[in-house]
Amino acid sequence: MKVFASFVRKEFKHIERDTRTLVILFAMPIILIVLFGFAITTEVKDIRYTVLDMSHDQYTQRLAERFAANRYFIYKGEVSNRQQAMAKFNHGDVDMVIVFGGNFAQELGHCTGGSIQLLLDGSEPNQAATRAGYAQQVIADFAQELQQSSATGQQCNIVPVTHLLYNPQAISAYNFVPGIIGLILMLVCCMMTAIAIVREKESGSMEVLLASPLKAMTIILAKLVPYFVISFADLVIILLLSRYMLGMPFAGNLPAFIGISLIYIIVCLSLGLMISCLCSSQLAAMLISLIMVIPCIYFSGMAFPIESMPTTFQHVSTVMPARWYVSVVRKLMVQGVAVKYVIEETLILAFSAAVLLSIALASFKKRL
Amino acid sequence: MNSIIQAENIVKTYNHHRVQALKGVSFEVEEGEIYGLIGPDGAGKTSLFRILATLLLADSGTATVDGLDVVRDYRKIRNRTGYMPGRFSLYQDLTIEENLKFFATVFGTTIEQNYGLIKDIYQQIEPFKNRRAGKLSGGMKQKLALSCALIHAPRVLFLDEPTTGVDPVSRKEFWEMLQRLKENHGLTIVASTPYMDEAMQCDRIALIQNGQFLTIDTPQGIIAHYDKPLWGVHSDKMHQLLDDLRSWQGCDTAFSFGEQYHLTVKPGVSQAALESYLHGKGHSQVAIAPIEASIEDCFMALMDQPETTMKQ
Amino acid sequence: MKENYVIEAEGLTKKFGDFTATNHITFKVHEGEIFGFLGANGAGKTTAMRMLCGLSRPSEGRATVAGYDVYRQAEEVKKHIGYMSQKFSLYDDLTVAENLRLFGGIYGMKRKLINEKTDRLLAELGFTSKKNAMVKSLPLGWKQKLAFSLAIFHDPKIVFLDEPTGGVDPVTRRQFWELIYQASDRGITVFVTTHYMDEAEYCDRVSIMVDGCIKALDSPRNLKKQFGVDSMYDVFLTLARTAQRSSD
Repeated sequence: MKVFASFVRKEFKHIERDTRTLVILFAMPIILIVLFGFAITTEVKDIRYTVLDMSHDQYTQRLAERFAANRYFIYKGEVSNRQQAMAKFNHGDVDMVIVFGGNFAQELGHCTGGSIQLLLDGSEPNQAATRAGYAQQVIADFAQELQQSSATGQQCNIVPVTHLLYNPQAISAYNFVPGIIGLILMLVCCMMTAIAIVREKESGSMEVLLASPLKAMTIILAKLVPYFVISFADLVIILLLSRYMLGMPFAGNLPAFIGISLIYIIVCLSLGLMISCLCSSQLAAMLISLIMVIPCIYFSGMAFPIESMPTTFQHVSTVMPARWYVSVVRKLMVQGVAVKYVIEETLILAFSAAVLLSIALASFKKRL
Repeated sequence: MNSIIQAENIVKTYNHHRVQALKGVSFEVEEGEIYGLIGPDGAGKTSLFRILATLLLADSGTATVDGLDVVRDYRKIRNRTGYMPGRFSLYQDLTIEENLKFFATVFGTTIEQNYGLIKDIYQQIEPFKNRRAGKLSGGMKQKLALSCALIHAPRVLFLDEPTTGVDPVSRKEFWEMLQRLKENHGLTIVASTPYMDEAMQCDRIALIQNGQFLTIDTPQGIIAHYDKPLWGVHSDKMHQLLDDLRSWQGCDTAFSFGEQYHLTVKPGVSQAALESYLHGKGHSQVAIAPIEASIEDCFMALMDQPETTMKQ
Repeated sequence: MKENYVIEAEGLTKKFGDFTATNHITFKVHEGEIFGFLGANGAGKTTAMRMLCGLSRPSEGRATVAGYDVYRQAEEVKKHIGYMSQKFSLYDDLTVAENLRLFGGIYGMKRKLINEKTDRLLAELGFTSKKNAMVKSLPLGWKQKLAFSLAIFHDPKIVFLDEPTGGVDPVTRRQFWELIYQASDRGITVFVTTHYMDEAEYCDRVSIMVDGCIKALDSPRNLKKQFGVDSMYDVFLTLARTAQRSSD
């Protein structure tokens, strides 16, 4: 036990004395989250809009005036067709286009609801969502007034159709943060562990360690412990930042979430260990881990929704542990569902952890 | 006498048997002796060390260290041997003291417990104990590596080319340290070196070339076995002399050795004949004297020389 | 000796912070000479050699190599020297001929000349059969000989050899020196470091550095006479014992 403790202490010294590693371990998650936090400002004002009115009746006129009077909106003139609207949009002159369909008044009269379309820039999904929300509020207020003033007192809904350009699935911070957690744990556990072990091979110190009575298991576990601890610290940092800086909800079961995260960390550590058995240079270890991490980004749904992938890719994604973990994070962190809904993912992760760890331990050589 | 190391017909190949590193090597090391493996790079010295230090498995052959089998009892052997690889292999980002403490703990001991053994060596670097190993000069690294290899008071010390790239003075000091370890603590030391002059520091040596032992004996024994007549030759035109010697009919081999040439001759030729030949070639101040062979002469006589004939 | 110097160093100094690695060294090397550059580990040999090769800028003093100033004309210096170190010599994964073609190309030699010289050189070394062999398949001694031939392939004025014979077997080591003699006979100046003291005897002149300064410089014979000893080993020992710098 004393040997083990002293080995772990040594590992922490290596990490502490290597600025580059420290930056990757602690600054990277913070930077990713903070950058992301700045990219999605939640407060929205000065929404520049243009109007494409194909009805030109009294109702569209009145609704357009409502928008013009609202302090959150800035009127940027009217356009007469879709092409003009798109041109303004593409130039970045406007943030939103309000499209009134033809026969607005008639439809309103029949109480099928007047057709309004809101076009927004989906590449900033959060802002787009907020802007759409404001616009919907204005429209809803108008509809209510209309209803009260109407002689018949008939229910009249105007349901605007919101259309996001560039990012139709509306991937937002809520979707992105789970992906980042999955990615960072992958990088820290898998890549950094692999590099830490291969570095000893490269510098020749592994030769001295192997020539000593140390058990292979001791060497491996002592190497894994610091990265396990650091990954956990990273997890806590990300959770705190996303809760208090990005204002993400945290609705689900926290102990369950942490427990499942630990399983995922073991999966990643085992992967790192397997890589370290394959490589003899730090460069090779780095490249192979990147080769493992990149598909993990693609196939886990961190960047692209799995549902919109071709079927083959969807099948491929099922063997990515990251996919299941990201799904757990989404369910527990964002949706706040009960633990019983993530049992499938948890079992898959636990199974992968068991398989990968046994392969990694079995392939670690006790000789050169 | 007690053999502490016994190796029987060790064969090691790499690259699916394409490269033969060791072609069936057998030898024994007695307890308490300094045993030298002398040979050039690529002779198979490192492979042999790794097999004895239980880091590599031989293709065939058996070896025991302190009575323990290198394959079956590898863990016990690792407790009883100290191994210093050819390259500096400690942690460059840890200090001298941290390195030493770490290796002490790895072997389940403390610096204090075996201080007596390393004192002589460690004291020379102790003033710098808070300096990181990466910032040390070659000689200090070497002393630290030796201290770390000794910290658990091993029965046998394996040193793979400890003096390569080290200047002659530091090399001499290093061998003096090894002599003291042997005398004061009865340690068995197996060391390899490409420097032939270091052979004289060993009790017994094995000359190794292309994965085979050329001979095993005491340095004096090897020299005594050198049976060719050997002359040292010198003249005022040294550049020209080598060519002239080689084209002389009585010449067997001629090689430069420091300030003179070492010449082996065919049976029945006389010094006078050579002297008059050289005078005929325009040499003056010719000095010819029979000399005693050095280990290097012996090595050259013993080694197979597939590509030694130089083109003119 | 002709008054033709290929290297002239005057007060050449290199400081790293407070540490003076090379301390005002002054010496000259004649054309075609074999100049042995000895010193203990850490005496400042490597630093001095790097400055002379135009790889490192002197902190003080000046030096010309092949007629070019190492401070201001480093690029010209590099064109007129050859360099061979123990660590890196040849590309292992290229064939012998490919290595020669590559280095010839680096020094701007014409393809036809490269081909001619390649054939001549391989014939001289007796390597013709290995022309298309991967370098990594050759024994170490061959590699070192080939690396030396490569270092002088572009007919430099001077060739710097940094411990060229470390770990090489005794016969190949001597063959290597015979190559050095041949190069010297062709007028190429040879600047060589070594830890083998018998090799110091093969040099025309030897300098010995201690603590960043050149403490002795003369022919081996005169040095032995000066220190009243029989071998260069003892000369070296006497001087190295005076070292003040800690460690080695």
